[in-house]
Amino acid sequence: MDRNQYKLNKNLAQMLKGGVIMDVTTPAQAEIAQKAGACAVMALERIPADIRAAGGVSRMSDPKMIKGIQEAVSIPVMAKCRIGHFVEAQILEAIGIDYIDESEVLSPADDVYHVDKTQFKVPFVCGAKDLGEALRRIREGASMIRTKGEPGTGDVVQAVRHMRMMQSEIRRIASMQADELYEAAKQLGVPYELVKYVAQNKKLPVVNFAAGGVATPADAALMMQLGAEGVFVGSGIFKSGNPAKRAAAIVKAVTNYNDPKLLAELSEDLGEAMVGINEQEIALLMAERGK
Amino acid sequence: MAKIGVLALQGAFIEHEQIFSRLGEEVFEIRQKKDFPADLSAIDGLVIPGGESTVMGKLLRELDLFDGIKTAIEKGLPVFGTCAGLILLAKEIEGEAPHLATMDICVRRNAYGRQIDSFDEKAVIPAFCDKPMELVFIRAPWIERVFGGAQALASLGGHIIAARQDNMLVTSFHPELTADPAVHAYFSRMVREYKNKRK
Repeated sequence: MDRNQYKLNKNLAQMLKGGVIMDVTTPAQAEIAQKAGACAVMALERIPADIRAAGGVSRMSDPKMIKGIQEAVSIPVMAKCRIGHFVEAQILEAIGIDYIDESEVLSPADDVYHVDKTQFKVPFVCGAKDLGEALRRIREGASMIRTKGEPGTGDVVQAVRHMRMMQSEIRRIASMQADELYEAAKQLGVPYELVKYVAQNKKLPVVNFAAGGVATPADAALMMQLGAEGVFVGSGIFKSGNPAKRAAAIVKAVTNYNDPKLLAELSEDLGEAMVGINEQEIALLMAERGK
Repeated sequence: MAKIGVLALQGAFIEHEQIFSRLGEEVFEIRQKKDFPADLSAIDGLVIPGGESTVMGKLLRELDLFDGIKTAIEKGLPVFGTCAGLILLAKEIEGEAPHLATMDICVRRNAYGRQIDSFDEKAVIPAFCDKPMELVFIRAPWIERVFGGAQALASLGGHIIAARQDNMLVTSFHPELTADPAVHAYFSRMVREYKNKRK
C-alpha cells in the first residue's frame, strides 16, 4: 500500500467521526441502522452476544450475506476477519468492502502475527486496549483504532478501562521531554516516530472509536466524554426491545454528548435494554486476544 | 473577523474549524437548535462538512435545525458544503429525496464507487488558485449537472467537482484534509462580501 492510499484510508475514518457504527446481520437490519442514522454498518452473521452464546470457532461471514448488506445501504459497509487471517482479508477486499475489522470477536487464526495491513488497499480498523497495542496496530497499517471493550456483554466497563488507559498514556507521553520518548518507545514496543507523533499531537495518528458493551445513549456519551471520536454499537441495538428507537437515540447522544438535558430526553422510553452479562460472569475474555 | 458556524452533527468538522481559525475567522460549532443563532446578524457564514449525508440529513431534521438553516441560506447566508455538504444542498439527488434543496445542482452519491476507489489528484482550479491543488476524493459524489443559477467551477474527467451559486459554494472533494487553504480563503472572501453588504 503506498503512502497516498494510507492517507486516503485514514481520511475515510475522519468522515466517520462523531458517528455510530452498528452491527447488523441482515439487509433489513442494515436498513434500520441507516435510517436510524448509522454512519456505517458492520456486516456479520452473528452479533457478538450470539457468538459468545454459541461458542465454537467463529469466522469471517459469508460473502454473499455481506454483499446483500452492501446492496441494501449507501453508507460504508465494514466486515470482520479473524486476527492474522490475511486470506479472509483478501476475500473481503475482493468484494469491495469499505473497511475490514481485524477483530478479536472472531476466533484468532494466528496467535503470533496480525495481518500485515500495509499490503492491502482497503483500510483496516483494529482493537486496542492500551497505547502500545494501538501503535503496534497502526505500525502494521491500521488506519483506525477502537477500544476492545468486551463485546457481546452489554457491560461498558472494559471499553471505559481501555479508553481511560489509552488517554492517560497519551497524556503521559505528551508530558515527556524529547530524550524520554526513546525509552517510552522501547517500553511500549513501538517505533519512536509514532511515539513522537503522540507526544506532539496529544492524540493517536488515526481516529479512535469506542467499542464493546455500549448499550445505552448514556454509555455512548460516556465514551465520547472520555475522548472517543465515535462509537461502535454491536449487540446493544438489535438485542434490545426497540432497535430503531434505541439506535436513533444513541446517534443523537453521540452528537450532543455534552448536553445532559438532551441525553435525559433521549434516554426516555427506549424499552428493554439488552440483558447483558457482567464482566465477572464471562468465561471468555475476547479483549485478551491479539496484543 | 467573521463568525463562521460549522455544522458539527457528524463527520470531519474539526478540520474545517482549524483552517478557518488559521485564516483568522471566529468559528463555532452547531450541534443543536440552540447553537444556530435565531438572529442572523450573529452568523456570517455556514460550513456543512464531509461525513455521511444520510446521518446529517436525519439529524438536521430531528434536532430541529432544518428549517432555520434552509431559510437562512435562502436569505443569502454564505454556505460552504464539502462532499456530504454538497449532497445536502443539492436540489436533486439521483434516486433519493433531496435535503436542504437550495442549490441548482443534480448530484450522484458515491459516484466514484466504494472506499477502495477513493483517490487523490493534483489539478489547477483557476477559480481558487493558479497553482496545482491537492484534491482528495473519499467515496465522493460528483455533480451530474448544474442548472438555473448554479455555475460549475471545476471539472475532472468530465464530471463537475465544484460549483457556485450566489451565496453557495460546494466541492465534491475535501480541501479541509489538505494543507492548502485556497478554497477556504475563497469562501472567506464570500463571507466578507456578504458582511459588508449587510452593513
